[in-house]
Amino acid sequence: MKELLWLIPALPFAGALMLIMLGSRSSKNLVPFIGAGSVGLSALLTLITGIQFLSVGDNVWTQQVWNWITVMNLNLNFSFYLDTLSLVFIFVITFVGFLIHLYSAEFMREDEGYARFFIFLNLFVGSMLILVLADNLLLMYFGWEGVGLCSYLLIGFWYNEEKNGYAARKAFIMTRVGDTALAVALFMLFTTLGTLNIQEIATKAPEVWAVGSSVVVLIGFLLLGGAVGKSAQLPLQSWLPDAMAGPSPVSALIHAATMVTAGVYLIARMHVIFELAPLAQTWVGIIGAITLLIAGFSALTQHDLKRILAYSTISQIGYMFLALGVGAWSAAIFHFMIHAFFKALLFLGAGAVIMLLHHEHNIFRMGGLRKKMPVIFWTFLIGSASLAALPLITGGFYSKDQILWFSLAGEKGNIWFFLAALIGAFITAMYTFRMVFVTFFGEEKTHVSHDAGWLIKTPLIVLAILSTFAGFIELPHTLGHVELFSGLLQPVLPDISLQAELTSKEFIIQLIAAGLSIGGVYIAYYTYVNNPAFASRIKSEINVPYNFWHAGWGFDALYNAVIMRPFVFISTLSKGDVIDRLYEGLVAIANFFNRVFASTQSGIMRWYMMAIVIGTLLVVTLSLLML
Amino acid sequence: MKNVPLEAGLILSGILFVLGLISVLTRRNIIFMLISVEIMLNAAGLAFIVAGARWAQADGQIMFIFILTMAAAEVSVGLALILQIYHQLKTLDSDAANKMRG
Repeated sequence: MKELLWLIPALPFAGALMLIMLGSRSSKNLVPFIGAGSVGLSALLTLITGIQFLSVGDNVWTQQVWNWITVMNLNLNFSFYLDTLSLVFIFVITFVGFLIHLYSAEFMREDEGYARFFIFLNLFVGSMLILVLADNLLLMYFGWEGVGLCSYLLIGFWYNEEKNGYAARKAFIMTRVGDTALAVALFMLFTTLGTLNIQEIATKAPEVWAVGSSVVVLIGFLLLGGAVGKSAQLPLQSWLPDAMAGPSPVSALIHAATMVTAGVYLIARMHVIFELAPLAQTWVGIIGAITLLIAGFSALTQHDLKRILAYSTISQIGYMFLALGVGAWSAAIFHFMIHAFFKALLFLGAGAVIMLLHHEHNIFRMGGLRKKMPVIFWTFLIGSASLAALPLITGGFYSKDQILWFSLAGEKGNIWFFLAALIGAFITAMYTFRMVFVTFFGEEKTHVSHDAGWLIKTPLIVLAILSTFAGFIELPHTLGHVELFSGLLQPVLPDISLQAELTSKEFIIQLIAAGLSIGGVYIAYYTYVNNPAFASRIKSEINVPYNFWHAGWGFDALYNAVIMRPFVFISTLSKGDVIDRLYEGLVAIANFFNRVFASTQSGIMRWYMMAIVIGTLLVVTLSLLML
Repeated sequence: MKNVPLEAGLILSGILFVLGLISVLTRRNIIFMLISVEIMLNAAGLAFIVAGARWAQADGQIMFIFILTMAAAEVSVGLALILQIYHQLKTLDSDAANKMRG
């Protein structure tokens, strides 16, 4: 199966190519068959490859597909590199991707861009797989740009609405800022180390740089800049809530499970650089901590169902960045995997709810859906429980608990990270169950016409099972000590060492975390089910911060004033295109002489003869004068 | 007969040439232009005769026969073209054939 590694990213591209050629002429059944089938085959192949890889016990499989760039000592190839880190990622991408493709087969069926949707989705899955399987940074950048492009295409999928195009451009331009930082980091890595191959960088970097040297710290910050753009962290986070303009399967796949985790993958892959640059790593944690709090407060005030989930994604990726920042590499990847399951589940469920309520997005106009759509309700509840990290029974508890523990007890952890994560967990539980109670409980405000089909329900059920049971592969020391997941990643990502004096406190920390999440659920229950007047009273009392949080902490307004207004001002100034005037002048002179000379071509024969005569006179005179 | 000086013949030839040139330039009727071109050709032929007499060789006379023959051929082709122009433009005004302008 090692030889078939290239098929895993190639199959989605092949699916996209087939749909490009045949899509407009295919029946409504053939299109999802090719679209979902290609990713399904990829998932199957991933499963087989994974089983073989793990049973053989190699640490690494590589496969070179093409020779790409060979110039002097720069040797970059189209090669794939499979180790347990990329195995986890391709497993999540292909499996969750396949479930989302199945969901889209029913969700997008009535849309006239049905084939176009699957083409873009397949292109996205192919690019993301290249991103995580690449063995050198340039190929990763290729995948990075590919997913950015597909994100743009899919956010603006319903292009007839102007605001969708605006949201797509906003996403693309903001991630572009991050991409530029990443490109500069690549340039610096190449000029200092002479290679862009990830494994060579990992071996050469400790030899060339001492810990904390300024060059490697700068590279670390630039890599962080690239990751921040793609993963919607501070300061480039405001594109993600607007990206909810795209269809719900897009939000599930791209803006919850995969593309926004590309930043997490980048930092985890380049952990050698971050270990050499402690300042950059600390800032990874700081950005993660601040972002998770900001996004949590914003999510608490939103009333659009998908925007709550978008802010929740920003917040959860903040947790992953926090984990990376304290050196808990495998905990971050574990949280990524569990988050992918429950967040995709929540987005798919939200999409189903919105579709069945005839595109009603406001949760305060929903209600009482518990009885009308039972499967969707129960799966949504399981996903929300995982998000809120309800103790013991959900996967989210185990992954988030690990991060909480390491943020305090890891050797780079400190009390501030821990407090931020703790408050964040409390707020997460609150906004999650606020969402659940307002949407599914209470009296029905919008009528539901019918229930969803099995192609929508099956992915929801599968993801619900995964959200619950996938957590059990990594149990903390106090609760059974199963270390399947971190053991899996052990060859790739270094273990975290703990501060010795705190190891005994693990159980207390878990109790506090569990208590907070249950407390958050209870407060949401009290506010929105038992005593609704309480909610409106609070809202009117904290009106000013409420609106501030609702607007995403004012980042849109800030960027509008600081970046967009001056830019538009300068472009209006140069509307006449001042520098072009010089060239326009040249053109005017050329035109003038053209008209003058053209007028001598009158077409009248006598004119021409006169010209000949004058010319002859001139020549004869001059020759007589010369003699 | 008293010898006619050489310069007189050449001057006559030059005057005839210039007369022909001026009338080509000033006439609008195509047929008159053709006639004027004939005058210019004959003027050139006269210059050749005078030159042949100067060097006492028959080459001048032979050249004149060439010129005459060429003139005849040229007139026939020219008249055929003029007939075509008249067929297209229904006029003999040379200024009417001005389509090839810039």
